[in-house]
Amino acid sequence: MAISIVLPRALHQYARGTNVVSLDEPCPTVADALASLAARLPAVTDRVLTEQGELRPHVNVFVGTESVRFLDGLETELADGSTLTIVPAVSGG
Amino acid sequence: MTPTLTTDEIQRYSRHLILPDVGVEGQQKLKAARVLIVGAGGLGSPVALYLAAAGVGTLGLIDFDVVDVSNLQRQILHGTKDVGRSKLESARARLHDVNPHVRVETYETRLTSANALEIIRGYDIVVDGTDNFATRYLTNDACVLLGKPNVYGSIFRFEGQASVFGMADGPCYRCLFPEPPPPGSVPSCAEGGVFGVLPGIVGTIQATETIKLILGIGETLAGRLLLIDAQSMQFRAMTLRKDPACPACGTRTITALIDYDEFCGTPGADAMDDIDDVLEITPRELAARLSGGDDSFDLIDVREPYEWAIARIDGARLIPLGQVPKLLSSLDKTREIVVMCRSGVRSADAVRFMQSQGFARVRNLAGGILRWSSDVDPRVPRY
Repeated sequence: MAISIVLPRALHQYARGTNVVSLDEPCPTVADALASLAARLPAVTDRVLTEQGELRPHVNVFVGTESVRFLDGLETELADGSTLTIVPAVSGG
Repeated sequence: MTPTLTTDEIQRYSRHLILPDVGVEGQQKLKAARVLIVGAGGLGSPVALYLAAAGVGTLGLIDFDVVDVSNLQRQILHGTKDVGRSKLESARARLHDVNPHVRVETYETRLTSANALEIIRGYDIVVDGTDNFATRYLTNDACVLLGKPNVYGSIFRFEGQASVFGMADGPCYRCLFPEPPPPGSVPSCAEGGVFGVLPGIVGTIQATETIKLILGIGETLAGRLLLIDAQSMQFRAMTLRKDPACPACGTRTITALIDYDEFCGTPGADAMDDIDDVLEITPRELAARLSGGDDSFDLIDVREPYEWAIARIDGARLIPLGQVPKLLSSLDKTREIVVMCRSGVRSADAVRFMQSQGFARVRNLAGGILRWSSDVDPRVPRY
């Protein structure tokens, strides 16, 4: 099962400069994909999930173009080839 | 009442007048429109310039800042001659030159819960060109309460976001980001840097959306979040939905403006409190010890290598903040250590961390290299 996670540049410093993480292991849900991400890049996932494993309210995770907040949250199911995009809030102007 | 176009305006806007979907009627709509731009900085600059050029009849501008030379890398409303001048005075002069037919209404103040409804009420559309979360949530909530479209844009380093909030059946900012990040977790442009052209891209997109709203043409970004990556030049649009549980535009439980500094945990106040609780040494005291040949202490600089390349203090050792835990064992706990950074905030964090690891003789350089430059050695560049 191939899943891609697109990281914002704001998190690249915690991701050893990576902007797309490719996962080959089975990740049936968004939670599974983030757990796989945590195993490789815990500093990134720390900024996406709270200590209780919930999505931080200033971060959005999109599966394709849909926010998981309007799907099944972290239990949103993933298909082979799904792309997750992590979008944190930024405020510069 | 539909405004008429003068002979000069007909000449000026001729390229709009012959454009399908705009024409005389569209140009008249632009002339009748009243748009408030919150912020006359990076985003506000291209927004104001293009809306003035397009002939938006009334532009409101709200800002309280003064032009600094470091603004000129991206805030294209202002020029070198404007350094030290009020941004609004600079903006008014520039916009009048671009288009003397535009009425510029200025508000030299912060947008606050006390004045936001009164100010915004008088405009048709609001453009969010702010640079902090508190004002973004304030702008959002005020626009939802008053039923005004809120043309959103934000940037960080090389990436930007844009959308249109506040449409009748559309989402608002809180639908996307229910809460702000923890205070201090997202650097400002001053702290993290910003690619100068980026607000030009995002602000021009905001101006485009504003003009489309006025004209009633095209498909706006309402219901979409446009993500811009200037390095890869990739643009991606995510779907944004109205959250029925949103306290602003969903359940409407927010019926009045709140204390947004408290909601966002204003970094300014907290950062000052955080700095005050660590032992400090002033740049003048440090300079006296260094010039006196005092080698009884170590000077550690926790900035990033690209900052070190801009300016440094002789005798300092660079250990970027993220590497401090790893390299702590290379430091002598028995020696006094002075920690520095750009302004004294990151170094205060480092001091607290080192104290937690048993370093009892650590001090923070108050005001960082910026205060060293102003108090000790003006040859050291400020950045």
